[in-house]
Amino acid sequence: MLKAKNKTGLVFFPAFDWAIDPTHPEREERLLYTKDQVFEEGIMDIDGIIEYKPLEVTKNEINRAHFCVPDIESVTTHSHFISAGGAKAIAQKFAKGEIDKGFALVRPPGHHAMRVVHGGRGFCNINIEAIMIEYLRKEHGYKKIAIVDTDCHHGDGTQDVYWHDPDVLFISLHQDGRTLYPGSGFHDELGGPNACGYTLNIPLPPNTSEEGYLYTIENCVLPILDEFKPDIIVNSAGQDNHYSDPITNMNFTAQGYAKLTTLLNPDIAVLEGGYSIEAALPYVNAGIILAMAGIDYSKVMEPDYDPKNLKESPETMKYIKNVCEKVFDVWNSRHNLKKKIYGNDPIFKRKRNIMYDTDGIYERQFQYITNCDKCGGALKIDSESDRGWKITGIHAPVNVCEKCLLQAEAWYKESNSEINYFHDNKNDRFERKKH
Amino acid sequence: MIIGIDVGGTHTDGVLLSGDTIIKSAKIPTKKDNLYESVIKALDSLIENTNPSKIKRTVLSTTLTTNAVVQKKTSPVAVIVSAGPGIDPKFYKTGDYYFVAKGALDHRGRELLPVDEQEIRQVSEDIKKIGIKNIAVISKFSPRNPSHENQKEKIFLANFKNIFKGHNVSGHLNFPGRINTTWLNAAVYDSYEIFFKSVNKSFIERGIKSPVHILKADGGTMPLEQSLKFPAQTIFSGPAASVMGALPSSDKNIDSIILDIGGTTTDIAVLAKGVPVIAQNGIKIQNIKTLIRAIETRSIGAGGDSFVRVENSKILAGPERKGPAMAFGGGFPTPTDALVFLGEINEGDFEKAKKGIKSISEKINIPMKETAEKIVDITAQYIVDSFNSMVSDINNKPVYTLHDFLDGYVLNPQAILVLGAPAGVFAKRIEKLSGIKTLPIENFSIANAKGAAMAKPTCTVTLFADTARKKAYAVSENYEESISSNYSREDAYAKAKALLYAKAEKMGANMKNIEIETIEDMSFNMIRGYRSSGKNIRITLQVRPGLVSA
Repeated sequence: MLKAKNKTGLVFFPAFDWAIDPTHPEREERLLYTKDQVFEEGIMDIDGIIEYKPLEVTKNEINRAHFCVPDIESVTTHSHFISAGGAKAIAQKFAKGEIDKGFALVRPPGHHAMRVVHGGRGFCNINIEAIMIEYLRKEHGYKKIAIVDTDCHHGDGTQDVYWHDPDVLFISLHQDGRTLYPGSGFHDELGGPNACGYTLNIPLPPNTSEEGYLYTIENCVLPILDEFKPDIIVNSAGQDNHYSDPITNMNFTAQGYAKLTTLLNPDIAVLEGGYSIEAALPYVNAGIILAMAGIDYSKVMEPDYDPKNLKESPETMKYIKNVCEKVFDVWNSRHNLKKKIYGNDPIFKRKRNIMYDTDGIYERQFQYITNCDKCGGALKIDSESDRGWKITGIHAPVNVCEKCLLQAEAWYKESNSEINYFHDNKNDRFERKKH
Repeated sequence: MIIGIDVGGTHTDGVLLSGDTIIKSAKIPTKKDNLYESVIKALDSLIENTNPSKIKRTVLSTTLTTNAVVQKKTSPVAVIVSAGPGIDPKFYKTGDYYFVAKGALDHRGRELLPVDEQEIRQVSEDIKKIGIKNIAVISKFSPRNPSHENQKEKIFLANFKNIFKGHNVSGHLNFPGRINTTWLNAAVYDSYEIFFKSVNKSFIERGIKSPVHILKADGGTMPLEQSLKFPAQTIFSGPAASVMGALPSSDKNIDSIILDIGGTTTDIAVLAKGVPVIAQNGIKIQNIKTLIRAIETRSIGAGGDSFVRVENSKILAGPERKGPAMAFGGGFPTPTDALVFLGEINEGDFEKAKKGIKSISEKINIPMKETAEKIVDITAQYIVDSFNSMVSDINNKPVYTLHDFLDGYVLNPQAILVLGAPAGVFAKRIEKLSGIKTLPIENFSIANAKGAAMAKPTCTVTLFADTARKKAYAVSENYEESISSNYSREDAYAKAKALLYAKAEKMGANMKNIEIETIEDMSFNMIRGYRSSGKNIRITLQVRPGLVSA
């Protein structure tokens, strides 16, 4: 009889009646064959694997991570509340010690959703990991969090939400942004002035296979995690590095994903992308679940799996080793980077242009962040979209210091955009005013 | 007239009904090593002076299969599986001979690896040499395509008669559950066949020509003839009889809890507007996962004879039983002793009960009357907490669509029905502690037999259609059809409904008032590239358990 070594919680919410549109990769059918495989394997009956119903997140739980424009209702569907609620349910069971590990196998995904949300980008509207992490920080007192994003696309949304936060280490492994959406995720994107080196990007070349990917995890990601010593490791478990994925160009496998999960040993995994719904997802998901639970997965592989065809070329391996070196350089020099890159102004400013491919929206942003050595800093974002909205969002992180909180309050008092938001995660105060 | 006979662990109860009125009842001790004899004894006492031609229907509920499994009196079975990608099938080893054969199907039933007929012929010879007679053949994903199991059956038929195929068990996807259930059918077949033949013969001898039905774990019935193919379905028909016995006392407009309070355990079941809540995906027996649909029941270690003691100056009751109550000759105090002491049970030895309560009361320094009250309340509170947690677990079952998440039925019990010997005395305490109206059911053992007698046939049909593969299957019905690419959800639903009607009729249902319930009804567009390559349709329909109208 099979028994899980790690008590593993699963939330499976395939949202069989929800799609972005009928032929979109993010459609009803996406997790259908995964469900067939997982249920036919009898995984839910294995001693030590527990299936939970998702929860629904509240609006304020969304507010901890986002400024939704003009409001939450306009940029979400009910499915987003449940998908984020699936991640929250796993986090809750984990924090209460009911499970050793958990996997939220939910859709729709979230890792392209940034702090300001004007609509959908990269199939994502709200960031389900960020909402879950803010829940863990606020309700369960987790301090240091590591997110390892193994989706094939750069996790630019999660990067944006935690850009200024030195308590949240964000590492994204993805296909090089010069060859794939969203076109970002390079070495020099390494975090804001208060969190330099706590955003790490590992752009991998197209065709990266098991050897290169697992090399990167073992020789780059794991040593950094060891040094950071997080209270919890969250894996944004996208599955689109697979050799059969229709919208990417990598050569990763179900065996590779299972081994990656064993190596990384995340406390919580949250499903992100992955659109090879028949040839990859059934096997990849079964592999990840078994790996989390500590159960033999040696026979979990695609019907057409042939490692000979997926061998890493020496050139690719050389390139990947070089990428890893550069990531280490950033990590090792993180304490000196702030002065070098950002100088020492009391308030830093940056300008951004953001495109929402899913909903066809353009956004222009100015961000202001206090220079602070004690906390992530008070953040003010002036944002306008080509839909005509002009907003100011003021955010105080859960770890905000007194001085930065005062600055955030002062900003809110004087803000006079069309909609002005004040989100104080430390005290769970969420206010808005219109002009 | 209808006969219902419920063979229980200690007693066999029987009733003869006219309409829903009990004309005659019987109660005899169950002979554990000869259940058949117990059935016939009860039957003979019921039909004495009755014209056998007036008996229109007989329903039996037996513990035969359950006993065979619990006492490990099963026949040897050769289990032949084939799996393909996924968990290594070696982990599901079951039976006396277990062989992992070549052949693999994927989640849509497409062949990944063909059956190796030479290999199966060799296996068949090997098993014959070993001397095993019953064969179970199970392929991963056989509900999506039964051809591999059928192909292997054909080869085994050369040497064997009793071949059990996985896809006949259930249309539900669960390979290990299907292996176990197919094995179970094969393993209890021999003892069941003897019982079946004896019962059949005896009924004919007594001139009863009307159909004999067997109660299933889901509270429905199947004809005796049918039960021979699926003897495993009779497992847990005892608890099912209790629930069916409580049905006439339940209010169809509200949700109710059914409690069967015994000496050692209390069994809990739930009615949603008068219909038992069913575990659709199967239940476990002796920790073996099966695909046998059953009335959802939970058994907890709380009863009249629960062992009462003091630990860390707190009174504890159960979960274990250390013998009968002191009032009835036991050595340790129990809730029953508390009830005897309080004068709520007027049987047993009052002085002995008092001695038991005194020993507890001295340890916690509380007057005896208060102590006795506490003991009963602790037991009742445990029962209340347990059914609340069961209801909450049912309400928190995972769902896979927005629709089910937002509009799924939420149980809100407003009545409790209590069966069992201490029912009456516990009822008012449970009512006080739970705040829910609680009613004891009198004559509960006869109620069980009556519940069995009046149970309606149940059945379920699962249809899977894949218009890209141009195939529709209802595997448990041996139905397979080539379909066109225009085949629609409506076509699939109509077909499933027709198959369910045919099955219900075969099961002996009254076709005039048949009620169909949809368990699953989904159609997915399969998009490859930006075009639809076909539809993937899944329909599951059932006839719910209920009582025949009088």
